[in-house]
Amino acid sequence: MAKNLKESGTRVKLDKADVFIRGFTYIFTGLFALACLFPFLLIVMSSFATEDSIRRTGFTIWPSDFTTYSYELIFKAPDMMVGSYLVTIAMTITGTAVGLFIIAMTGYALQRRDFPYRNKISFYIFFTSLFNAGMVPFYLMMVQVYNLRDSYFAVWLPLLMSPWLIILMKNFIKAIPHEITESGKIDGAGDFRIFITLILPTVTPALATIGLFIALGYWNEWYNSSLFLTSSVRYKPLQYHLYSIVNKVAALKSSVAGSMVATESLPAETLKMATAVVATGPIILLYPFVQKYFVSGLTVGAVKG
Amino acid sequence: MKASRAAYDYRPSQHGFLYRLNQNKVLLLMCVPAILFFLFFSYVPMPGAYVAFTNFNYNGGIFGSPFVGLQNFEFLFTSGQLAQLLRNTVLYNLAFIILGNILQMFIAILLNEVMCKKFVKVTQSLMFLPYFISAVLVGLLVYNMINADYGFLTNLVKSMGGEMPKLYSDPNTFPIVIVIAKLWQSTGYGTVVYFAAICGIDASMMEAAKVDGANGFQRIRYITLPCLKGTVIILFLFAIGGIVKGDFGLFYNLVGTNSVLYSTTDIIETYVYRCMMNTFNFSQGSAVGLFQSVFGFALVMVANYVVKKLDPDYSLF
Repeated sequence: MAKNLKESGTRVKLDKADVFIRGFTYIFTGLFALACLFPFLLIVMSSFATEDSIRRTGFTIWPSDFTTYSYELIFKAPDMMVGSYLVTIAMTITGTAVGLFIIAMTGYALQRRDFPYRNKISFYIFFTSLFNAGMVPFYLMMVQVYNLRDSYFAVWLPLLMSPWLIILMKNFIKAIPHEITESGKIDGAGDFRIFITLILPTVTPALATIGLFIALGYWNEWYNSSLFLTSSVRYKPLQYHLYSIVNKVAALKSSVAGSMVATESLPAETLKMATAVVATGPIILLYPFVQKYFVSGLTVGAVKG
Repeated sequence: MKASRAAYDYRPSQHGFLYRLNQNKVLLLMCVPAILFFLFFSYVPMPGAYVAFTNFNYNGGIFGSPFVGLQNFEFLFTSGQLAQLLRNTVLYNLAFIILGNILQMFIAILLNEVMCKKFVKVTQSLMFLPYFISAVLVGLLVYNMINADYGFLTNLVKSMGGEMPKLYSDPNTFPIVIVIAKLWQSTGYGTVVYFAAICGIDASMMEAAKVDGANGFQRIRYITLPCLKGTVIILFLFAIGGIVKGDFGLFYNLVGTNSVLYSTTDIIETYVYRCMMNTFNFSQGSAVGLFQSVFGFALVMVANYVVKKLDPDYSLF
């Protein structure tokens, strides 16, 4: 009897409403998902179009003439692009490693129930996300007091950590049984050693998630660069380099300066697109492999606040 | 023996302050880098808000510039500048919050009705993609779609015999572009959050409803939506707490220094940024920023108070 009921429960026949909802879902979310992808395709296709075809028909998903001229221009004088790449890669790797280590260390200490200062320090960190002095005092302090204008540190340091990432890490580590720490203590290990040898290996999914958040922050960084790096810094982080190319004609010209092209014949539009493709490519290529870690991070963050 | 006990199981005021410090010195040291980070980048700049009360000049610096009292605030209030910035910032955020949450919830509910796991996975991945790219690229994508000469949409409208409005020089229609760009970028993110909440709903309820003959609409109306009510209210309240904070990257890369659009697109962040980088009016930028911080702080406190009354589990503190 019970078995019968269960079977009929799972094999209830679809009525009209269900069919309608499903059909609608496939069409609506399918179209929305395509709309999310479309601009990327447009940029890639446009980067292979001739400047002439763009002048004639605008940006299209299938240009009338194809060429790799913009890419040739970029890589004929690769100095700027390669420099920007190296700066961004160096910042991303070192920043993610250092930031992740500090965040994990702090997160571990702050979730230890036997650490008497944990609430005070947690509040001290958390408060900065509730109240800040605003951008102007931060900017003046960085420039006038810390003397970080034109220093890569002005870009690198502020992106190391955020209160939200520390709280997220704390919540991840909280899920590890306290007995692990205790067993380490019984074996005579100190707190730091317990953290390194017992805790870190068990929280690798959390490290992946939070590390990716930090890395994404570094890769997409352009804001601090625009505030603190003036023209005396030759190699700007990648996204700020892209920003300059898109918004300043002078930067567009100088980005291919070595290739001796008359400025009138410079393919301005397709060059912007090609620069965008080169600057964003790695993120898009890595995306399918890393996105599951982001989803898990969001879910933990959303459920536990 | 006593020492190791204290380390396992902390009891207040059992020992002196220094003893306690020594007992926890390793854990404390582990927090020191983070403590220093927030000290230098968050707490030390705070007194710098004093700039808002001075007529700032670069040589005098933060504390060497002449004190002018509330003059900067007076100007901002009487000139209507602050009112305009505040209006733009709040209205945009309201549009983002309301439209964004409706769209995110709508898609999450729809996806939950689909049985094909592969479809859910692929669409979620595609929708999440815009979240990964920099604001600079978002600006370029929008330019690609709508610029008056070569834009994809411009040409599409033209080829169908229509006339595309010149969006980049029309302050009345450009807000629509900003809202669409924001929805485009944030919907995937929000959908993941709502989808997780929906997946948390007890599956046996759904099964029972199916057995009782409830159709898809009825299950959404009487099970999914009521179960989501808590999540929606909490998310909404916290969003209200952040309603005076703008998405600088999005606005700056879409509008930039296109002053034709300022009347309807200038938000607090973009104004402060221009004060620092273009007009060098640090005093006024700081005054607007301080107003935003204090007002925003008050809003978060109120939002948190209300959340705490509704459901203490979700409150921030």
